[in-house]
Amino acid sequence: MTKTITLKVNGTEHTVEVEPRTLLVHLIRENISMTGTHIGCDTSSCGACTILINGKSAKSCTILAVQADGKEIATVEGLATAEGLHPIQEGFHLNHALHCGFCTPGMMMRAVEMLEKNPNPTEEEIRWGISGNLCRCTGYNNIVKAIQWTSAKMQGKELPSTEPEFV
Amino acid sequence: MIKCKTSKEIGGMGHSKKRKEDARFIQGKGNYVDDVKLPGMLYMDIVRSPYAYAKIKNIDASKALEIEGVVAVVTGKDLEKYGLHWMPTLMSDTQMVLPTDTVMYQAQEVCAVIATSRYLARDGKEAVRVDYEPMKPLMDPFDSMDPDSPVLRSDKEGKTDNHIWHWEVGDKDKTDSIFRNADVTVKQQMHIPRIHVASIETCGCVASYNKVENHLTMYMTTQAPHAIRTVIALVAGHVGLTEEKIRVISPDIGGGFGGKVPVYPGYVIAIAVSFLTGAPIKWIEDRSENLQADSFARDYHITAEMAGTKEGKILATRFKVLADHGYTDASANPSKFPTGLFSIGTGSYDYGASHMEADAVYTNKPPGGVAYRCSFRVTEAVHAIERMTDVFANKVGKDPAQLRMENFIKKEDFPWASPTGWLYDSGDYHAGLKMAMDALNYDQLRIEQAELRKEGKLMGIGISTFTEVVGAGPSKDFDILGIKMFDSAEIRVHPTGKAIARFGTKSQGQGHETTYAQIIAEELGIPMENIQIEEGDTDTAPYGLGTYASRSTPTAGAAAAMAARKLRDKAKKIAAYLMEVSEADLEWEPGKFYVKGAPEKVKTIQEIIFAAYTNHPPGMEGGFEATHYYDPPNLTFPSGAYICVVDIDPETCHIKIRRFVAIDDCGNIINPMIVQGQVHGGLTQGLAPAMYEELIYDKAGNILNGTLMDYLVPTAVESPHWETGHTVTPAPHHPIGAKGVGESPTVGAPPAIVNAIVDAVKHLGIEHLEIPVTPFKLYKELKKVGYFEE
Ligand code: FES
Ligand code: FES
Repeated sequence: MTKTITLKVNGTEHTVEVEPRTLLVHLIRENISMTGTHIGCDTSSCGACTILINGKSAKSCTILAVQADGKEIATVEGLATAEGLHPIQEGFHLNHALHCGFCTPGMMMRAVEMLEKNPNPTEEEIRWGISGNLCRCTGYNNIVKAIQWTSAKMQGKELPSTEPEFV
Repeated sequence: MIKCKTSKEIGGMGHSKKRKEDARFIQGKGNYVDDVKLPGMLYMDIVRSPYAYAKIKNIDASKALEIEGVVAVVTGKDLEKYGLHWMPTLMSDTQMVLPTDTVMYQAQEVCAVIATSRYLARDGKEAVRVDYEPMKPLMDPFDSMDPDSPVLRSDKEGKTDNHIWHWEVGDKDKTDSIFRNADVTVKQQMHIPRIHVASIETCGCVASYNKVENHLTMYMTTQAPHAIRTVIALVAGHVGLTEEKIRVISPDIGGGFGGKVPVYPGYVIAIAVSFLTGAPIKWIEDRSENLQADSFARDYHITAEMAGTKEGKILATRFKVLADHGYTDASANPSKFPTGLFSIGTGSYDYGASHMEADAVYTNKPPGGVAYRCSFRVTEAVHAIERMTDVFANKVGKDPAQLRMENFIKKEDFPWASPTGWLYDSGDYHAGLKMAMDALNYDQLRIEQAELRKEGKLMGIGISTFTEVVGAGPSKDFDILGIKMFDSAEIRVHPTGKAIARFGTKSQGQGHETTYAQIIAEELGIPMENIQIEEGDTDTAPYGLGTYASRSTPTAGAAAAMAARKLRDKAKKIAAYLMEVSEADLEWEPGKFYVKGAPEKVKTIQEIIFAAYTNHPPGMEGGFEATHYYDPPNLTFPSGAYICVVDIDPETCHIKIRRFVAIDDCGNIINPMIVQGQVHGGLTQGLAPAMYEELIYDKAGNILNGTLMDYLVPTAVESPHWETGHTVTPAPHHPIGAKGVGESPTVGAPPAIVNAIVDAVKHLGIEHLEIPVTPFKLYKELKKVGYFEE
């Protein structure tokens, strides 16, 4: 038994036939072949699969594809535009906020929503804000720094240094 | 500030160049193994044992096979027909691919289901019925040593106990005699618990066997693609898969930390099934399978002792280890080093005698162990010595910083021969510790601590001044299954002066595409932006043993420099020919050769390279390529001085890291931004076992925290803001003076944290705390010493 659903992914409409039990993350990765959204666990703990549904961050491994019927989905592939990279992508790159890159798409999608709601977060708010996303490589210092940098950039403020404070 | 020899444009060593590999990762265009999709691909899922120790009485796959889309169910008996049901481990032990009659740990692979989709494979797995006859498992390694315990590995002919090996090093008589006569001796039993690397990407593969060409392409999450190719050839050579017929591709890897060194049964089953069906087989494990079945790290029970004078001079150490390896020794160590490099455990201190011994045993736990971001058992050793140094300082009543300063090996005494046989290459331990103490204003902190104590507040300061040993290794001692542990680089420079370089290592996030390009830029003066780096494809990269144990910079990084130097020598010859001068008249400046005393007579490296293809000297080989296999003369010995400050809530026992300063010395620095990033990441992976992570089993052999819901990987909230710095003591024997850094912080951080927590409560009568130090554990200890009034 399958069900036909229609959803927008990064602005493009897709009509897909799925089994009702299909997880949204599998729909995105397999049916739509956008593999930037990752899977890092089976208990909704890691956040590697984080996307935006109608602008709100969500763990796509914890949502059925059929629940996304009629919704607008944003994934890492939709961040950059013809004008260039999204500030969060720039922020992650310039501040060395990624090593292996596996957590990065989810981490950035989460940060995008966080900055939308709270354009000027404190370090503590950032740390709590990304506490549903695990990173095993970076120790988080530079992820925090990247989000702070992006916050400044998005508000047209003076940009903090992206040099390492490694004296 | 780090001085750079090259301009920013060239971007050689010392420049904080942004990473080249980032572009694909930030745009969702990485290519990880689960992103690989091949036509006609089938999916594999694995049925796992619910019991830690059981006989398999029957496997009934009929219900699974009734499901439309389930193609096959493969058991150990099926593999037995091809002699593929067992495989060798890297430590020359044996491991089941699939069992024929007995399962040895909970979550062990029992049989594999192959289907046309991921979901159908899972349906099939649920439908397989297995009858088990459970037996009482051996879960405690001390019980395994008991002669009356059942023999777990009765499959091994003549095996009469559960003992795997005994190892020892150092002068026992000398050490024992020092202990007998010393003013002060201290002793502490400690457990370095079983933990898991839990890289955010789990393990998996796509095995694709082409029947027509008798050729296997294996996409897999491996840190050591060449070694894996050789291992596959050794395991499957007898069915016709010889080494030239195997191509291992290690695509982008979502973190490794040692967990992607071993060959797991899943890989081998996928290969076997692809071989039998001719279809590509994808196997991607779930997180819970990864935590429950893939190689663990640590699990050393250590009795540590230190002897010294009452003035606080360390005279000798004695360590005795019981290593729990699970049901087979599937460690990823160099073959001659069953305890890895544990013998680095004499530490950063100048004394002349040590004796260390270890025994390894089988239990009904998953096999291992791997490193968890550590150079082969160095973390266990560093924990023992750094904890004991504090226990000893406490006993003689000396400040732990002062005691360390008085016992350090002096800068001028390097190279220094350790009592367990290492030759430490270089170090400046006093400078590192002083820098860390100054950063925190250590003396002021001690005054504050005394005042807080008067108010009943708990604050502690902990130090760890560790020496690492990395870069395995010199071929006279280091091999894996006989293959020497050199590593390689091959540089090809195109006529227009741009290059591609390939390596036998494999980045899992370390940034090789950037740092290797910087090493070559440093030596050749070609801008690093113009140097493409490739790794991970055994068909194109030169042979090497891969990336783990912080060995990439010490081995492959050195190979890159040496290969580039061969090219620079060639460039010099061409430049002399082009400018019609003798080589002796030429001077090198990054990016060009000029004539001494006449700097206007100059040829850029790009002009010279072009000439290598268009106008090379008669008698010289054309082209501009070089390969180097680097066999290190010694290991490298990075070091660090870490200080942690904690505040403990006296009611909830919540432990807050107020500050953590890490001063690392990894020799010359290739890219400060990347080194700092590695240190941050390593510190969080040091925090993890110190306060959060441990794989816990009950007596019946059940894992109690086998998912990420209850295995506590630190988030950004637990992880503090790390403060980092460095000293530079180049490795004298290394071509670019670099030492390696990825693991130092994981090795050095746990004792700094535990020493800080113990320091906060030692006036209450607590001398030691076992890791992970959780609030509940601390609460129980405080209760024992009567801290809480009823
Ligand atoms: S995959 Fe881990 S939370 Fe979704
Ligand atoms: S960069 Fe590797 S998990 Fe975050």
